[in-house]
Amino acid sequence: MSATFHTIEHTADIGVEVEAAGVSELFEGAATAMFSLMADISGVRRTERRNISLAASDHVELMFRWLNELLYISDADEMLFSGFSVTVQTVPDGGVALEADVSGEPMDDERHVPGEEIKAATYHELAVSSRDGLWSARIIFDV
Amino acid sequence: MSDRSPTEGLRRLSDYEWEIPRDFKAGMRVPGRVFADDELMRLAAGDRALEQVANVAFLPGIVGCSLAMPDIHWGYGFPIGGVAAFDENDGVVSPGGVGFDISCGVRLALTSLSRDEVKPRLASLLADMAANIPRGLGGRGRISTPEKALRIVFKGGAKAVVEMGYGRSEDLERIEEGGIAPGADPTKVSARAYERGHDQLGSLGSGNHFLEVQFVEKVLKPDVAHAFGLSEGQVVVMIHSGSRGVGHQVCTDYLDVMESVRRGLAMELPDRQLSCAPLGSKQASDYMGALACAANYAMGNRQALMHWTRMAFEKHFGASERSLGMDLLFDVSHNIARMESHVVDGREATLCVHRKGATASFPAGHRSVPAMYRDTGQPVIIPGDMGTHSYVLVGRKESMSLSFGSTCHGAGRTMSRSAARKKIRGEELRARLEKEGILVMAGKPSLLAEEAPEAYKDVSRVVDVCEGAGLSTKVAMLRPMAVLKG
Repeated sequence: MSATFHTIEHTADIGVEVEAAGVSELFEGAATAMFSLMADISGVRRTERRNISLAASDHVELMFRWLNELLYISDADEMLFSGFSVTVQTVPDGGVALEADVSGEPMDDERHVPGEEIKAATYHELAVSSRDGLWSARIIFDV
Repeated sequence: MSDRSPTEGLRRLSDYEWEIPRDFKAGMRVPGRVFADDELMRLAAGDRALEQVANVAFLPGIVGCSLAMPDIHWGYGFPIGGVAAFDENDGVVSPGGVGFDISCGVRLALTSLSRDEVKPRLASLLADMAANIPRGLGGRGRISTPEKALRIVFKGGAKAVVEMGYGRSEDLERIEEGGIAPGADPTKVSARAYERGHDQLGSLGSGNHFLEVQFVEKVLKPDVAHAFGLSEGQVVVMIHSGSRGVGHQVCTDYLDVMESVRRGLAMELPDRQLSCAPLGSKQASDYMGALACAANYAMGNRQALMHWTRMAFEKHFGASERSLGMDLLFDVSHNIARMESHVVDGREATLCVHRKGATASFPAGHRSVPAMYRDTGQPVIIPGDMGTHSYVLVGRKESMSLSFGSTCHGAGRTMSRSAARKKIRGEELRARLEKEGILVMAGKPSLLAEEAPEAYKDVSRVVDVCEGAGLSTKVAMLRPMAVLKG
């Protein structure tokens, strides 16, 4: 099962809830949710690839770093991403790590339908959890 | 909390003040205080904003109360409209108390043109400003700032941008802190923030940022309006923008730093977005150094945006911007933390005042108020929504003891963006506003819907409460004529 997501109400900003069968798929789903807010990603071709490696002390911190890493690349390089292949693992000496292969293309005003300008993924009520094999995350973005 | 009745657990202190007692939430070091009337309190209690006021009260070294201005609403970390001051000796600084859009703020440029003079040329003026001013998602600025130039802007703020040829040197006297945030340390800004900032200077951004041509619909305090150069029927220009990717990256970088500090000190906080570092620590000093750089970038950004606005007016009215009277009234930041002197328990103390969606409202005679406003108090610029009004207020003495010299920053949202999109159609809104004489240009219709007047609280009520509570005084009411959105 691939990840599913829906937006949640927030007065000033935008939140999403993501669900997936595994932790790696959850991180893929969160990235898909974020870029879906930024543009109609069905029209984003996967012509360029980037590799991302991150480590963090827990899944919440990893989610914060993952989404903000993608926002940094997107903003600095004017890229939109639509493909995310992620592996999240627990590190033997404690903490968690992420390896990702992401794909997308440079922003193109002619072809891409813009959505929200996301300033950042926030730590506010940021949650990552698993229950009965189902992983879920809740993320609030500053827009 | 959601099953509480709206004001359960709160103590009403006056018509415009409510206390959130320390027993509202275990762990609060001081009470919360919200400036609101019944209606604004009902709106504040409708989301998670009051809980956020309580959460801020957990932070070490907080002085007085955790405060919220009348435009309070649910944010992340601090509520929007949140003000908190921390003692320099045992307090903290928290990037969550400033936010990602560091030094987001507003400036107002005057003109000597009347509404009737501008009206016939409004559509072409708006089109010209739209062509001149980069905006929207990924909108690149018109000023390229490679690393060396960026360092100069980080240190020199609006002054550096004026020296690049964008504006006049006398503009600087009409910006908070003379347009240069003190203590900027460009070595504390990450390579990533440099990378994001090198081509964004001079860009409006998206979301709630805007540029509006407005006119003074009503003067509410004639003597101060006169001193500010405001008169009825006069056209003015309001610019709302921030530090773009630089601020976003500085906040992201330092949230990471503060989170490790929090873990190291085993600090129990109700929200990781409130992570902080003790003032005086290396991490706090580094953040303050980077924060000032981002604030300088923001003030420089608004300076460039105003310059191109002046150029558009020059082109359309065939006269120099000086002869068109395009003086800057003032430039205020409403997402900021600064070291300020305040009187606490009868003694002068240096505090780190965080304003997250709140504006400084310093009174006549205050040392931070520039000389030309020393007798009136500082101008406070309050953007409303694109369909109703904005305001110019003036700082007031009582605010010093009530709110560390702070007042509101805008109308404050009342409807989520998705709810607004469901309820309002951008194109219909554009047509409706046009009928009311307000021209609107936006990158996309859905953004118009999200920023519709209905999505915001009544700004007039907000500024009335600010006046009633003693935080600021209304000087003039402005009405939009043309709106440019990201």
